[in-house]
Amino acid sequence: MANTRKMLTLSVPLLLFFVVCIFLFKGLYSDPRKLDSALIGKAVPEFILQDIYDENKQHDASIFKGKKMLLNVWATWCPTCYAEHKFLNKLAAQDIYIVGMNYKDDRKKAIRWLTDLKDPYKISLFDKDGMLGMDLGVYGAPETYFIDSKGIIQYRHVGDLNARLWNEELKALFNGMQ
Amino acid sequence: MLAEIGQFTLAIACMFALLQTVYPLYGIYARQQNAIESAKMLTILQFVFVSLSFVILSYLFLANDFTVTYIATNSNSALPWYYRLSAVWGAHEGSLLLWVLLLALWSCAVAVMSKRLPVESIARVLAVLGLLSVGFYLFVLLTSNPFLRTLPYFPVDGRDLNPLLQDIGLILHPPMLYMGYVGFSVAFAFAIAALMEGRLDSAWAKWSRPWTMAAWVFLTIGIALGSWWAYYELGWGGWWFWDPVENASFMPWIAGTALIHSLAVSEKRGVFKSWTVLLAISAFSLSLLGTFLVRSGILVSVHAFASDPERGLFILAFLILVIGGSLLLYAVQASKVKSRGRYRLFSRETMLLSNNILLIAALIVVLLGTLLPLVHKEIGLGSISIGEPFFNSMFSILVVPFALFLGVAPFVRWKRQSINELFKPLLHSLIIATVITLLFLYSFASHFTWLALMGVFLGFWVLSCTCYELYLRATHRFSLLKGLTKLGYSHWAMSVGHAGFAVMIIGITMTQNYSIERDVKLHIGESIRFEHYDFHFDAVEALQGKNYTGSVGVFTIKKDGQYVTTMKPEKRIYTVQRMPMTEAAIDAGVTRDLYIAMGEMLPDGGWAVRIYYKPFIRWIWFGPLMMGFAGILMMLDRRYRVKKVDEEEA
Repeated sequence: MANTRKMLTLSVPLLLFFVVCIFLFKGLYSDPRKLDSALIGKAVPEFILQDIYDENKQHDASIFKGKKMLLNVWATWCPTCYAEHKFLNKLAAQDIYIVGMNYKDDRKKAIRWLTDLKDPYKISLFDKDGMLGMDLGVYGAPETYFIDSKGIIQYRHVGDLNARLWNEELKALFNGMQ
Repeated sequence: MLAEIGQFTLAIACMFALLQTVYPLYGIYARQQNAIESAKMLTILQFVFVSLSFVILSYLFLANDFTVTYIATNSNSALPWYYRLSAVWGAHEGSLLLWVLLLALWSCAVAVMSKRLPVESIARVLAVLGLLSVGFYLFVLLTSNPFLRTLPYFPVDGRDLNPLLQDIGLILHPPMLYMGYVGFSVAFAFAIAALMEGRLDSAWAKWSRPWTMAAWVFLTIGIALGSWWAYYELGWGGWWFWDPVENASFMPWIAGTALIHSLAVSEKRGVFKSWTVLLAISAFSLSLLGTFLVRSGILVSVHAFASDPERGLFILAFLILVIGGSLLLYAVQASKVKSRGRYRLFSRETMLLSNNILLIAALIVVLLGTLLPLVHKEIGLGSISIGEPFFNSMFSILVVPFALFLGVAPFVRWKRQSINELFKPLLHSLIIATVITLLFLYSFASHFTWLALMGVFLGFWVLSCTCYELYLRATHRFSLLKGLTKLGYSHWAMSVGHAGFAVMIIGITMTQNYSIERDVKLHIGESIRFEHYDFHFDAVEALQGKNYTGSVGVFTIKKDGQYVTTMKPEKRIYTVQRMPMTEAAIDAGVTRDLYIAMGEMLPDGGWAVRIYYKPFIRWIWFGPLMMGFAGILMMLDRRYRVKKVDEEEA
């Protein structure tokens, strides 16, 4: 009897481990939409990136200062970005300033995409090697950063922007920024 | 052709690992002596073949064979040879190959260096290690093969390596970490073998102790190197970020630290045995879990919308098999273990138990902090992020009792200790610690904070207790100097290790409380002053490197008017990729680091400059180095070298 009880006590680690495993298993298939970034409350890291249309034109972090805006990370290899693109065009039509960052992609394909689907971006950065993406801690595309007029990152949204999400919470967040 | 041979030798190594598991166990079952004895030879053969495979991959990297996909994506012909070599373990496939290589290396070391252990026990240990190897070989061969070809359309040259990754710190620290991670497999195998045998005695604790210590030393130094690399290369001035990858290495370290202490009790007093076994299982399980977290991309760097769960699923299945299996074995077999030793409430045993409890609490904090975001999301509460404040405040709380006990514990005897006897040494240590703390803060702190007072006091408390205990022990029978030479290596190991912890605590406290970080705009000729230091911006010079151009700032640093040094932070633009890189200038010192990073040139001709003053930050890495050194001292102790004598005594 005493031995059985001891055995039960000693089984506790096993049980705990299985509980952890269930979550790990579910985590494998889950879809991390909302994630905080380590950079929230900090300025966009320094960078120099080429413009997507023009190799000789370069942009740096100063483009994020002066007005509040969205920084949208996208790529042509990303099907979700395709779905998101229409909504970005709508946002651009509402005079929301969006900077695009083409992430680990092919320049020609990206330009064709922007020409065919209409270009919602005021400035388009070309982050071929994902360097700025690495500094920002980008998980994948699409991701959108909310940046205030001082160039400080206020919010990070992982996954696509769509009308429902925008109207429910993100719009208020954007309007609330300085 | 060579790549195919590499893959083939890997498959052969897998076969030997399988034999290494099955044949000796069959031998034990069927009582066939030669089958039992074959374990060592099979292990050595397994090691030879996996080494061949690793050497071939390295050679392919050096020879720039871009027909191999892994090489084409992780190296290019312009890289210097040492970066091409380190690129072998620069990404997923190769780092797993390194993992199995190191596992084979540890197994081989066990096979060769355990001549004095009973053949049957060693055969069991090697069988367990073989089984682990088989799992990893299958993982590499089935999901992450580094030898796959890009034929028929192979690239002329490989991808350019990220400049951030071209660094000596990154060459060294992953293999160190892996040696530590994988090294815990030996302690794990010893524990499982002992459970299978149903024989958990102090001999078992004694055998696994030096192996555990070796793994712990590697892990300690590996983590310290990683932290140092992040500090000087990433340019954020931080030294620890509590990100999941760091936590993945920190958790096995905490479990390992608890394990080396609890092994001491099990070896010397024969108690806590089932607890020690659980820790041995945990330390390695956490290493595996860390691998899972990092390699499945479940927590980091996942491409969330197109992630391939196949690899993750494989590791998860392997985890369930290995960890689940061993915990099941534990639940069944450990209940038969009986502890015979007796001890009172106030004794070395309970002090070490409290060490373990606090370490486990810390472990749970890290584990929760790492996994909770995952759990939180899965039960539908939305994503949360547990950041630095959570970890920092939890650790600030836990370190207080931990350090207080740590100071007291070495004075306390096994079995029982009268409190009155301790009064004098503790009072003396308290007075010494308080005086030094106040002097220290008076000389180095710019202002007073309670947190700094507490942290520095805890550090000096541990230091003075450690030194006082050494003094008492040395003068117990001899004069001080003679006594110090008579002390055993393992006593020195304890003292140096504890002192290392104290040094680290002081470093962390000072850095966290008194760092100054300034982002300023400076024109040439201007200067800025803080903490007695003048930073004078003399000039900007043009920079012309091999594959980059840029500017270098020249700063003259003076302290209270006295010239200290000239610092030259660089701003490089890599010509091919048009990629800017900041090479910060760091002036390292015992009591402080000065750190200057150049930002952009501003339209009005000024420069954005980032200046850090980091007091005592070197201590954060010097402490772990002392701990690592202490671990080596402990392994050199007489009783592990002259085993025969001891066994006869026992």
